[in-house]
Amino acid sequence: MAIAHEIISHYKVNIDREDCQKCKRCLTNCSFGVFSFNGERIIAQSNKCVACQRCVVMCPAKAIHISQSESFLPPHGNYTRKIRNIIWAQSGNGGVLLSATGNDRPIRSIFDDLLLDACQVTNPSIDPLRETIETKIFFGRKPKKLEFIVESDDFTDVSLKTQIFPNFEIDMPIMVGHMSLGSISYNACQAIYRAARELNIIAGSGEGGLHPDFYEFAPNIITEIASGRFGVDINYLNNAAGLEIKIGQGAKPGHGGHLPGEKVNSLIAQTRMIPEGSDALSPYPHHDIYSIEDLAQLIAALKEATRYKVPVGVKIAAVHNSAPIAVGIVRGGADFLTLDGFRGGTGAAPRIIRDHAGIPIELAIAAVDERLRQENLREEVTLIAGGSIRYSADLVKAIALGADVAMCSLPVLIAMGCRVCQQCFRGLCSWGIATQQEYLVKRLDIDIAKKRIINLFHSWNEELKEVLGAMGIDSVESLRSNRDRLRYIGPNPRIADILGVKHAGE
Amino acid sequence: MIINEVKEKIYEIGFDDIIEIDAAPNGEPIDYRDLNAMIHARTLKNCKKIVLYNICGQRFIGAALQGDFEIIINGVPGNDLGIFMDGPKITVYGNCEDQVGNTMNQGSMIINGNGGDVIGLSARGGTIYIKGDVGYRVGIHMKEYKNKFPIIIIGGTAKDFLGEYMAGGIIVVLGLKFLPDGSIIDIDQSICGNELGTGIHRGSIYLRTDEKLEDKLGVGAKIVEFDGKGKEEIGPFLYEYCETFNIPFDLVINKQFQVIKPISKRPYGGTYCNKMI
Amino acid sequence: MRWENYTSLPETFRNQRVFDGCGISGLINIDGTRISGDTVIDMLCILKERENGLGAGYAAYGIYPEYKDYFAFHFLFDNETAKSKVLEYLENFGSVIQSEPIPTSLSHEIDNPPITWRVFFNPISERNQDEAEKIVQIVMEINENIDNAYVMSSGKNMGVFKGNGWSHEIADFYKIREYKAYMWLAHSRFPTNTPGWWGGAHPFNLLNCSVIHNGEITSYGTNRRYLESFGYKCTLFTDTEVIAYLIDLLCRRHKFPISIATIALAPPLFDEIEKLDRKSQIIIKNIRATYRSAMLNGPFSIVVGNSDPIPTMMGLSDRKKLRPLVVGISEDENTIYMSSEEASFNRLMLINNRLDLKEVWHPKSGTAVIAKLGKGLIKNGIENPLKKRTIALLEVA
Repeated sequence: MAIAHEIISHYKVNIDREDCQKCKRCLTNCSFGVFSFNGERIIAQSNKCVACQRCVVMCPAKAIHISQSESFLPPHGNYTRKIRNIIWAQSGNGGVLLSATGNDRPIRSIFDDLLLDACQVTNPSIDPLRETIETKIFFGRKPKKLEFIVESDDFTDVSLKTQIFPNFEIDMPIMVGHMSLGSISYNACQAIYRAARELNIIAGSGEGGLHPDFYEFAPNIITEIASGRFGVDINYLNNAAGLEIKIGQGAKPGHGGHLPGEKVNSLIAQTRMIPEGSDALSPYPHHDIYSIEDLAQLIAALKEATRYKVPVGVKIAAVHNSAPIAVGIVRGGADFLTLDGFRGGTGAAPRIIRDHAGIPIELAIAAVDERLRQENLREEVTLIAGGSIRYSADLVKAIALGADVAMCSLPVLIAMGCRVCQQCFRGLCSWGIATQQEYLVKRLDIDIAKKRIINLFHSWNEELKEVLGAMGIDSVESLRSNRDRLRYIGPNPRIADILGVKHAGE
Repeated sequence: MIINEVKEKIYEIGFDDIIEIDAAPNGEPIDYRDLNAMIHARTLKNCKKIVLYNICGQRFIGAALQGDFEIIINGVPGNDLGIFMDGPKITVYGNCEDQVGNTMNQGSMIINGNGGDVIGLSARGGTIYIKGDVGYRVGIHMKEYKNKFPIIIIGGTAKDFLGEYMAGGIIVVLGLKFLPDGSIIDIDQSICGNELGTGIHRGSIYLRTDEKLEDKLGVGAKIVEFDGKGKEEIGPFLYEYCETFNIPFDLVINKQFQVIKPISKRPYGGTYCNKMI
Repeated sequence: MRWENYTSLPETFRNQRVFDGCGISGLINIDGTRISGDTVIDMLCILKERENGLGAGYAAYGIYPEYKDYFAFHFLFDNETAKSKVLEYLENFGSVIQSEPIPTSLSHEIDNPPITWRVFFNPISERNQDEAEKIVQIVMEINENIDNAYVMSSGKNMGVFKGNGWSHEIADFYKIREYKAYMWLAHSRFPTNTPGWWGGAHPFNLLNCSVIHNGEITSYGTNRRYLESFGYKCTLFTDTEVIAYLIDLLCRRHKFPISIATIALAPPLFDEIEKLDRKSQIIIKNIRATYRSAMLNGPFSIVVGNSDPIPTMMGLSDRKKLRPLVVGISEDENTIYMSSEEASFNRLMLINNRLDLKEVWHPKSGTAVIAKLGKGLIKNGIENPLKKRTIALLEVA
């Protein structure tokens, strides 16, 4: 019975029998239990393989390669193989299907349909290698206007009259998205925070608390206050450059969180401040926020608790009504606003929500930026946009559409070694990234991972400068919301309207 | 580098062992920001006792305060009383609004009156003693960690979703009614609302009642017998509670308690399917 | 010869960005002496390689002393209907003190010239709205919603004269030599793409502030969307319009002293800011943070004339010095000259030895030169922002 309904393998593990030295390194390296040794030869169970490539890389004889399964299902254009698999899985297990990373449906990327402008003749492009191009930004709330006390006629003695809000500087308009210790490993967190500090950018803590070892990175960390309030105490609030109230996440808008008890080892327990082995459930809503004025209350509470010393912001998933919601959030006192698009990642989320809820970040940025402008609130707030910022082109386009900072996570994981097998929720990550099992975690070399993240963002920033230079802009402030420098080339001109971008050729 | 140096308002108040603050001088309630800045300034100077008069809805009193001191509140404090608090003792002579002891880490709250909704949300430690009744979702998602666990004792009744998502700690509801003449009797209505302990996966709820609670139980909750272990668990706190509000201890323990516990530590273990699609 | 395109661009060119290159010139007499337009015409016309006959204009301050308390509207009309519509419209908001043609000199070959008209106007101030705000509203309404009418300028005791032609043609047409002003701004245009139209020529004016500009800002989209959130309507799709509104926002609505406004428009590089004392750092960083969308990027040099509250001329080039700006001061230190090229000054020297310059210099990129009536050269464009001048130029009493 069980065998009759088994899902057909996705991949095929091929072992070159001539080259195989039977060293069994693949056995110890595969955390998904694909390999065994029968006394004579290595046996591979392809149906367990997730194509994470660990065995391929670690095999000293390079005798393993993974290919797509050749098993052929009767073709059907509507009932795709994936849909049939979903039905088989659910009729076998009867549960809500879990998934990880971001939406994997082949929905057209709007970023890819946007083209950048460049200078020709009427103004000069700038050489980013030899002339200054600035990418520093201020993170926090800005006043609507400044007032000065001018003591002398020639303005040599000027002081500020306006009450100013806490702001900090980051050197690149980049933020590493919120990934908690729990969703990723201690070593992965350590690498990310070290890289953030060295680059002077910011990284999110995720909603699972902050391990005391990471307090030293506080100036580069935005800590998150989610509905579960895990690990939230005074030390947590005071060890951060900014505080973020997490309302939603792009991968699972309107959904809570659930870290199963078996992942709550002593390290996670200490960080989340819960007993070992206890389920960590994040309620769907914040139970002190049932309305917009309640959000204002929690923002005010966090500012009170930290004596108005750090910016307090709010993260929402990009949903249909993001624009009016964003206005309410800014009016409610948020110093920064994080928008997470429907492609945003997750360590574990119901597939139904990950794949079907929310809207693309491109449209959300455009709508929110425009609405905030209509209400003259845009300049006051720092707008962070994430939800599949894959490479520097996406970052540039997100900023040109209206974001201050682009937020990304999966590129960071890929930089550290992730092969995007999308099995994070199983906690078996063979690369030591999305796992809590010590023997796997120690596979991730913190120094190498840190260096790779630094390299990645350094090149993104250089590419950002290249684009700015080509556009004749010497500071990233002048790219922000500069939609004149974008053109649309996709199939749906309605999208261009919503983005406030002209069609290419116009 | 933080570009702006934020200056905190420092209020100069003469130093005494007991600081008294009139929160509505000339009948005009002061803003919570100013009030809390005053309290904050005092606590920095090692003041041991702050008495607030004419409190009228000011929020976040005691927010994130640490240390060993006492705040006495006369009036009705606003939402989020003692949010993130870590140590102090707050006594209220009056009723409270919602979210008392939100995400509290340590300390104690004594409310000589009724409480609102969502009391003790996500608290990790500390005690909250309420003389009267409380609203909805009290003790929601309370946790425990190491030797810390929060305790809420309610003299009167609670409404729906008591102890929702509860992940640790103790809630006790006594079902008492305080008559104007000073006498104390048992209530003649139900002690709690529906969806009792829904989603509870750790901790316990003690209800001093003999009414039938089975129909009110939420998902993942079960009723167990009040045994010696239970008595041991709540006894000292109950005694302290009775002392605090001047209630005869004997009167409280003369009636049967029912105990709500989680069916399992993993109430949602079977909800999800891990299959690779 | 047929002139055309007075109050709007031809249909096919509307709603598109307008780019141009340009020549700019200006001067201010610190003691307020009013001089004829001859000087500025000579300064501008020598820069003929910078124009291609598709637009020029002049702004003159101090030309209407007898009407100095009233707002002077300079209009362009395509026809009489538009004129009567505008005059009728104005009656709703105040009293017309004087209404007359702007004198022009037209060679007989010109067919169908525009109606050039000026009105001295006294608005009725409504509650909660100051006069200036009312005038801005009137200007926006006429330019946007009344067909065949265009407001060239709307300040007090000043006026803008502009049109589509060579700088000398426009000067002759408006009889610029016959006006006397203490501050002159002049501009000639080399449009990149459009045939040019009269209203689109520079100077661009709003109230007492006029802007002449050379270059193409690359931050246009950012600046425009910033201004729109404050209610400005950028209907001309030109950089100059955006710059004028930014200055209006900063100086009039946010009450910035002009020298601080220039820090918002062209802030020092972060590396430079880090070298300053802590107090200056905090001020400049806050200006950069708060007004990040007001920053002008890309090549530009601008000269701004503003008579409110104290008549001031300000010259500024972009941070990378991609457009030229040269400044001169007369021997008696009473006149400050600014121009795209030093040729403007030499030209004046060649004509009857009219000019004796004490000093000629190129201001630092992104650093403003500011000259004020009655006060002299406040900033020479070489000092650090918020710092005292470093080269020895005398204070004028």
